[in-house]
Amino acid sequence: MKLYCLSNDPNKPCHVLTFREITLMLDCGLSMQSVLNFLPLSFVSSNRLLNLPIWMPNDVSDTDLEGELRENGDRIFIDSPPEFCPPLDKLIDFSQVDVILISNYLCMMALPFITEGTGFQGRVYATEPTLQIGRLLLEELVTYVEQCPKTNFATQWKNFVHKLPYPLSDSFKPKSWKQIYNMTSVNASLSRIQMVGYNEKIDVYGALQVLCTSSGYNLGSSNWIITSDHEKIVYLSGSSTLTTHPRPMDHHALKNADVLIMTDLTQTPISNPDSMLGLLCVVVSLTLRGGGNALIPCYPSGVIYDLFECLSIKMQDLGVQNCPMFFISPVADMSLAYSNILAEWLSSAKQNRVYVPDEPFPHAVLLRNSKLKHFKHIYSDGFSTDFQEPCVVFCGHPSLRFGDVVQFIELWGNNPRNCIVFTEPDFDYIEALAPYQPIQMKVAHCAIDTSLNFTQANKLIKDLKPATLVVPECYTQPPVSAPNLTELVIENSPDRTLIPYKWGEVINLPLKRKQGQIFIENDVAQKIVPVEVKPGVSLSSVTGALNVKDNVHNMKSCGNTALECKLQPKEIRYEWGTLNVTEFLQKLSQEGIVDAKVEPIGNGVMIHLQDEDALIQIEDNCTHVLCNSDEKIRMQLRNILMQCLKKF
Amino acid sequence: MPDIKITPLGAGQDVGRSCILLSMGGKNIMLDCGMHMGYNDERRFPDFTFISPEGPITPYIDCVIISHFHLDHCGALPYMSEMVGYTGPIYTTHPTKAIAPILLEDMKKVSVEKKGDQNFFTSQMIKDCMKKVIAVTLHQSVMVDNDLEIKAYYAGHVLGAAMFWIRVGSQSVVYTGDYNMTPDRHLGAAWIDKCRPDLLITESTYATTIRDSKRCRERDFLKKVHECIDRGGKVLIPVFALGRAQELCILLETYWERMNFKVPVYFALGLTEKANNYYKMFITWTNQKIRKTFVQRNMFDFKHIKPFDRQYIDNPGPMVVFATPGMLHAGLSLQIFKKWAPNENNMVILPEFCVQGTVGHKILNGAKKIEFENRQIVEVKMSVEYMSFSAHADPKGIMQLIQYCEPSNVMLVHGEAAKMEFLKNKIKQEFNIECYNPANGETCVISTPVKIPIDVSLPLLKNEAKKFNALPPDPKRRRILHGVLVMKDNSTCLMDVEDACKEAGINRHVIRFTSTVHLHDPGPSLGTAHKLHALMKDKLPQWSLTFTDGAISVESVLVKVEGEDDDQKSVFVSWTNQDEDLGSYILGLLNSMGQ
Ligand SMILES: [Zn+2]
Repeated sequence: MKLYCLSNDPNKPCHVLTFREITLMLDCGLSMQSVLNFLPLSFVSSNRLLNLPIWMPNDVSDTDLEGELRENGDRIFIDSPPEFCPPLDKLIDFSQVDVILISNYLCMMALPFITEGTGFQGRVYATEPTLQIGRLLLEELVTYVEQCPKTNFATQWKNFVHKLPYPLSDSFKPKSWKQIYNMTSVNASLSRIQMVGYNEKIDVYGALQVLCTSSGYNLGSSNWIITSDHEKIVYLSGSSTLTTHPRPMDHHALKNADVLIMTDLTQTPISNPDSMLGLLCVVVSLTLRGGGNALIPCYPSGVIYDLFECLSIKMQDLGVQNCPMFFISPVADMSLAYSNILAEWLSSAKQNRVYVPDEPFPHAVLLRNSKLKHFKHIYSDGFSTDFQEPCVVFCGHPSLRFGDVVQFIELWGNNPRNCIVFTEPDFDYIEALAPYQPIQMKVAHCAIDTSLNFTQANKLIKDLKPATLVVPECYTQPPVSAPNLTELVIENSPDRTLIPYKWGEVINLPLKRKQGQIFIENDVAQKIVPVEVKPGVSLSSVTGALNVKDNVHNMKSCGNTALECKLQPKEIRYEWGTLNVTEFLQKLSQEGIVDAKVEPIGNGVMIHLQDEDALIQIEDNCTHVLCNSDEKIRMQLRNILMQCLKKF
Repeated sequence: MPDIKITPLGAGQDVGRSCILLSMGGKNIMLDCGMHMGYNDERRFPDFTFISPEGPITPYIDCVIISHFHLDHCGALPYMSEMVGYTGPIYTTHPTKAIAPILLEDMKKVSVEKKGDQNFFTSQMIKDCMKKVIAVTLHQSVMVDNDLEIKAYYAGHVLGAAMFWIRVGSQSVVYTGDYNMTPDRHLGAAWIDKCRPDLLITESTYATTIRDSKRCRERDFLKKVHECIDRGGKVLIPVFALGRAQELCILLETYWERMNFKVPVYFALGLTEKANNYYKMFITWTNQKIRKTFVQRNMFDFKHIKPFDRQYIDNPGPMVVFATPGMLHAGLSLQIFKKWAPNENNMVILPEFCVQGTVGHKILNGAKKIEFENRQIVEVKMSVEYMSFSAHADPKGIMQLIQYCEPSNVMLVHGEAAKMEFLKNKIKQEFNIECYNPANGETCVISTPVKIPIDVSLPLLKNEAKKFNALPPDPKRRRILHGVLVMKDNSTCLMDVEDACKEAGINRHVIRFTSTVHLHDPGPSLGTAHKLHALMKDKLPQWSLTFTDGAISVESVLVKVEGEDDDQKSVFVSWTNQDEDLGSYILGLLNSMGQ
């Protein structure tokens, strides 16, 4: 069994696992860190961005590079449509992938890169919310990029990476970066997904069974369990033990795996999501009270539902409940609609509301009371009429490189009464703001990441007791941001083998299959006669006709033998133990064979039957009968031997 | 052990009161727990004394499965759990868990308040019963305990209806509840995979009916409503809060939209005004079309259908009103009926089944005058129409389901005995499988082949495969697997004899026979060996023979020629005791050559 690591980002994982001749891809996350190097896309042409000075490396005079790079403050940006870093395609031919398992909607953004135009013919499995909300994220991303078409495509800079300043000089594999896919690819790719429920057993070519269980991280998020008859591999990605809106994490099925692959732990190991949520609510409410607007860059689903709920309560407490909340995204309407119909995937508290029947989320009430309004874009019909300040705006994209958030920063950035509040942990907020500097609006950093922190992860591992634990190498060292916090690692323990992996590596996983499974039918089972050879140990020989179909082995009684295989033994028994020579001689004489001459040789004895022209050589573990072609005497000797030996 | 036992306590050659006991592999499962709407006495509930003559039935039942919220499938549940006594798990789908208590509450009201039934369950009992219900999602594999596994499949029929696959060990059963193989206005068609159960227990409500198409009945319904409002009449449609009501609302809503009608349509559901909300929130259980468009327009947000107010009863002009209950035995629907019945321009359409004794049942049987408790007499001049919209599988659908899941046996329930007979023969003929239809209280025993999973060492399997693949392909050749089963410390594993002896810590005792045959065959001994090889190859085509250094071997049998250039050759044939048949056969072969 081998594990290939195709993603550089443990929070946007992509692995390939080969096991029993099946090639499984585990997640296909898309790392978007690359987009931070690009200038923001603005659909209203921004003078400020257009007039940023062009930058050239000191000793380069290549005119092709001219105009590709622009400078703001001490940072260099690429003036081109943003590019993304898809999973590594050198280690594995995607056309060979049999099955893709998706853990949650944040880990599938590279799916069109994997399945379209690569010859991929396999199956893709995901839960219904993962598919539906994943579709929203993919559509939103494509819409954001496509609504601001750029005419210039910068390519030359990739040849001068070594001459560029940090962080561009540290870019990860820029030559493999790609433009975003289009809606046709998105639709084709998503149409390959087969929806599965939690704990639904799915057969993979008879060789494996896969099953997903709730991971508690977001709507429909899952951990995957891959089993054969005797092996169990657990792939744990994006899990949460906190109580938010999704169904709680299901631990039970993850226990005692031969191999546990663990990834996508929290990106904010030091901060506590609950206190961050509290802080955010206070910051936003106080901003509103001061007459300022709050801008919250976010994804169109997920923590945003909890934000609506908590923020509206806090706004009430602080007397700013009349300030409207705007949710602006090309998929805002879909996101809110889906949040109402996925009751079966929600926490029991939310589920019980549906039994009443009320909408599961309180934002349904906020929408009815017009406290929360949603629009596709800021230029959508009705937005300018409804728009009223001060207000709270939720919009994408959290990278601040595209989406309506770009316009809001242009609009509000110069007023120090306004505040931008970062909640999504995917992007460094200082990097995200770099092209907009200098900026007057307040900046609050309240990143909320509900996935497992190191304490929770280590506790979980102890509970799950895997024989082998496989984690990204970066989880075995303290985070780069906090090198002194040595407790922020996955602990090693003598109870299990810990295998770290890195991008581009192929790991051999210690799983040697020794046993398989076979089904025996009643007629075979009835012929089983256990012989106790030692206290508590019984043996029985078994013979049957084997039928192999779809890797499933079935055994039934041989039944009536066809003529050509009449010599095939229908039953075989084995003799064991030592032969008691005295007893054997006694039986010989009872049968009338009285001329036996016994002489010791080597470890045993040699019995010579002169009249019968036969020799019997007896040792501890074997007996050899030599005679002429007279079958009568041989059969007689055979019978006597059988009487003297134990069989199973 | 390899038997499956089934006893219907209800729905055996009968419609209503579905309740079937299933026993297999030492587990007892109750499939549905319905009440009979046609009875007011003890016959309305299944006879639980069959399970235990006295006291709670918890010790005898491992789990209860409820297929959908219709009362003939769940109506006896609070009686069974709270009055007879059952504390074990009850499984159903999320929508059924949400909706069933509302219908149970409605029925309790009717039985206790209107009919004065004393020995009936209370609201608190409904609540306590619902606490024991565990909601499952479609296709989720639920382990009830270590041996009992259940899985729900989509059944159409009503919101949240499910068929259940139940497995204990290698035995499995599919129970359909009520299902529908053709999608309707708001639900999809039932679906199941090729799960090959030992037994399929299917409903057979429409065992013989080849129904006129649903479209025809819908057209008929719309035509009648249209005609009535054209003549200025009022249309009353008594319904139960959930199920048919939503389907008819969708039908009228789209018709009103298309025809651009302004005549008001009202939906008056008293306690259950939020009924449509269930449909909005469980939209993932509706059909493809509704699910696809729900963001733009939730099909259950009706534009033309407005809430009803009692004072509208006397409004002039045409209108259409949906009102509960569906059998016209009490409540608002009866109140409206009393007002509208004397006018021949008006119409009542009854889309639900009406139990004997109810006003609905009386007028369907042609009663022209109805007398009420207070001596009030209402003349029925309005037109009375019955419309069946229930969504059950017809014979074609039942055959289709059998084809989908490929059962080894079929059992028909929830249908009339005479009609079942026809379908039973059809199933036997077409699929060549056994078909049963036991009556209530009659136990049906079905024996099944048992498959026992055991561990097997991979080298044993690999050696067999290697040997099999080495021989030229022959579809007739059987694959024979031989090994030794080692049973030790609760583990059982099949392995080859050497490994087995090692595992058990004993020594095998190998017996070998060597017999000598004298052949007269001049020439070099290798020539003799070649001749023997040719003969054996001819006589043993199914065996793989090897020929090396003048020795021929097959399995453990070894044949060797000695006596270099003598005319007389000694041929040694040697084999182990396990190959006795083959060894003595080859010896015989050589003996006959020598003569
Ligand atoms: Zn039904």
